[in-house]
Amino acid sequence: MAIDFLYPEFEVVRDQSRCIACRVCERQCANEVHSYDEDLKLMVSDESRCVNCHRCVSLCPTRALKIIKSPHTFRENANWTQDAIQEVYRQANSGAVLLSSMGNPKQFPVYWDKILINASQVTNPSIDPLREPMETRVFLGKKPTNITRDQNGKIKTDLPPQLELELPILFSAMSYGSISYNAHESLARAAVEMGTYYNTGEGGLHKDFYKYGAHTIVQVASGRFGVHKDYLEQGAAIEIKMGQGAKPGIGGHLPGTKITGDVSATRMIPEGTDAISPAPHHDIYSIEDLRQLVYSLKEATEYKKPIIVKVAAVHNIAAIASGIARSGADIIAIDGFRGGTGAAPTRIRDNVGIPIELALASVDQRLREEGIRNEVSLIAGGSIRNSADVVKAIALGADAVYIATGALLALGCHLCRTCQTGKCNWGIATQRPDLVKRLNPDIGCRRLINLLTAWEHEIKEFMGGMGINSIESLKGNRLMLRGVGKKKKELSILGIAHAGE
Amino acid sequence: MVIDSKNLDFQELNRRIKTCESLDITVSGCLGQRFLAAGLKDKNITIEGTPGNALGAYLHGANLTVIGNAQDATGDTMNDGSIVVYGSTGDTCGYAMRGGSIYIRGNAGYRAGIHMKAYHDKFPVMVIGGKAGSFLGEYQAGGVIIVLGLGSAENENIVSNFCGTGMHGGTIYIRAKTLNAKFPPQVRVREAEKEDLAKINTYIDKFCMLFSVPRNTIDDRPFWVLTPNTDNPYKQLYVQN
Ligand code: SF4
Ligand code: SF4
Repeated sequence: MAIDFLYPEFEVVRDQSRCIACRVCERQCANEVHSYDEDLKLMVSDESRCVNCHRCVSLCPTRALKIIKSPHTFRENANWTQDAIQEVYRQANSGAVLLSSMGNPKQFPVYWDKILINASQVTNPSIDPLREPMETRVFLGKKPTNITRDQNGKIKTDLPPQLELELPILFSAMSYGSISYNAHESLARAAVEMGTYYNTGEGGLHKDFYKYGAHTIVQVASGRFGVHKDYLEQGAAIEIKMGQGAKPGIGGHLPGTKITGDVSATRMIPEGTDAISPAPHHDIYSIEDLRQLVYSLKEATEYKKPIIVKVAAVHNIAAIASGIARSGADIIAIDGFRGGTGAAPTRIRDNVGIPIELALASVDQRLREEGIRNEVSLIAGGSIRNSADVVKAIALGADAVYIATGALLALGCHLCRTCQTGKCNWGIATQRPDLVKRLNPDIGCRRLINLLTAWEHEIKEFMGGMGINSIESLKGNRLMLRGVGKKKKELSILGIAHAGE
Repeated sequence: MVIDSKNLDFQELNRRIKTCESLDITVSGCLGQRFLAAGLKDKNITIEGTPGNALGAYLHGANLTVIGNAQDATGDTMNDGSIVVYGSTGDTCGYAMRGGSIYIRGNAGYRAGIHMKAYHDKFPVMVIGGKAGSFLGEYQAGGVIIVLGLGSAENENIVSNFCGTGMHGGTIYIRAKTLNAKFPPQVRVREAEKEDLAKINTYIDKFCMLFSVPRNTIDDRPFWVLTPNTDNPYKQLYVQN
């Protein structure tokens, strides 16, 4: 119908003078944009299906292709933008909830970009990280309130269980099902190599990956998919998923069509059944109830593993975190509203939650004020894009950060934001064997290691510049940060002074 | 081997149960200790008194018998083994259980069998002798839940409200003269036929044997079968954006 017609968002520009009709693009595009016209003896395209993932562009041997945003527009309107108009059309046609993926693409303030980092000049000399040892190792878990000694006066060193990280970066939860086997393998192997951890998400743990267990965080979500004794035993830590930054208060629903083969075996549900994880854990209505889940997991694993509670950054996050810190949890993971996802209702993704920078600063502040900061470690996630974001997060009070979108980009993700269709041309957010094999885990793993190694160098350079040789001395060290162009209120929540002060 | 649980907190009691060399253990004087036998694989434990919440959570093959009442979250995420309760149990009994069986002589609280799922050779069974609270079998994805309504009047509602909300697999059997509860649109209800009853016969027999209930006291009322309604599935309607 004419009123449902949506003009394609992108144009596929093919330089016919370069195109040799090798049909690579046709084979590479799972969205079936390209085809060969036998009559015209030319490659043609149906650009209405293009999602701008650059797969064909990257593989075209003669660089004949480029994708551009269509200049076709509605009459300019600052209020009724193109998206706003087209979303109404989509819903008027379908009566359905809009579904998107990856993180919030809207123009909200990115506080990281308004924070500047200090460096030493004259006094307190800076340190050359290439010459002098720099400590980036962190331990996540409860720290004792005071030093205790045994009868002989020796300091007691038995700590509650800790996660030991060589650098303060972990891979955040992404389930097998939402991402591919090869993507998981890349993450797992890189985590082992770099002395950090990856996270199963709520889809269970593939048997092949049990061998990476010492570097695996296993998740327990409301649907309890794939959760059983051996799974809990495998993990280095257990994460209770209460919420996710991209869709706070919203559950997950993996349709039965995606529960096939290994995904079904890993989630431990029959092929073709829907995997429904509702937003709430129906047995948790209070911090006391949360404490019960925390302790049931501790009992089942004999107090050997730290328990992480992951929550989305929402309005009362400081009070919520204070409650979690008293629930017996060892680590709190806070996920900001720009965090990614394999599928989320558009409206929720774009309108619910708060920025991680503000959430992190207020949680750290609150826990300090209440004298319970040592009871938990903090992991901040929800769009950490580079090493500067990592340094700023740590100075705002995080013990470590979670990255996921950044890690997927390293694996080849081009942020086309159509993961929910299951046709990821880069072999990441898909289960189609022909697409999955496009991601070579040897290469994926290497690229993740490269990324983390590069960030590690940069973090050390930042630290050296500040005259700090241990990441512990950076943690919560807000004197190292200054804000630019932000209001008093924002700076007071961030707990930092304005540049020049 | 008898463990007197008087004055033991849950950690100590659980430690003693787990480290006990004997496979057959009786816990006497139990008074609300939580998480008993969490994740346990291979013991037969009789508990006298009232165990606390999350009894047999992540149970992995052990057999638990409670001579008394159990509290909330009994058999949470259990994978294998059995839990037999001579009294009643609290809320969210059998949350996300994937295998093994739970037999309750008395009543179950709210949300019994929520997220129950089956997989391969794993097939969870829950039999409730009396009545069940609201949201029985919520989000059920597999396995079987049987509610016998023993001791209730002929026209009494024995499963309360919202039974089977979000149900997308598995079966619920309810024994009642007439079914006067209201069911959500995702659930299809019909009277049980011979083949249906044959499927649950062994579970009913086992219930009768465990609790010394004469079989004919059960056969005198019809059963109703609840399954997911495929015409009206539990799902949100989405459009790609
Ligand atoms: S969807 Fe990707 S591979 Fe297909 S035409 Fe567009 S950019 Fe190329
Ligand atoms: S994971 Fe794949 S589908 Fe998702 S945004 Fe990245 S390239 Fe696109």
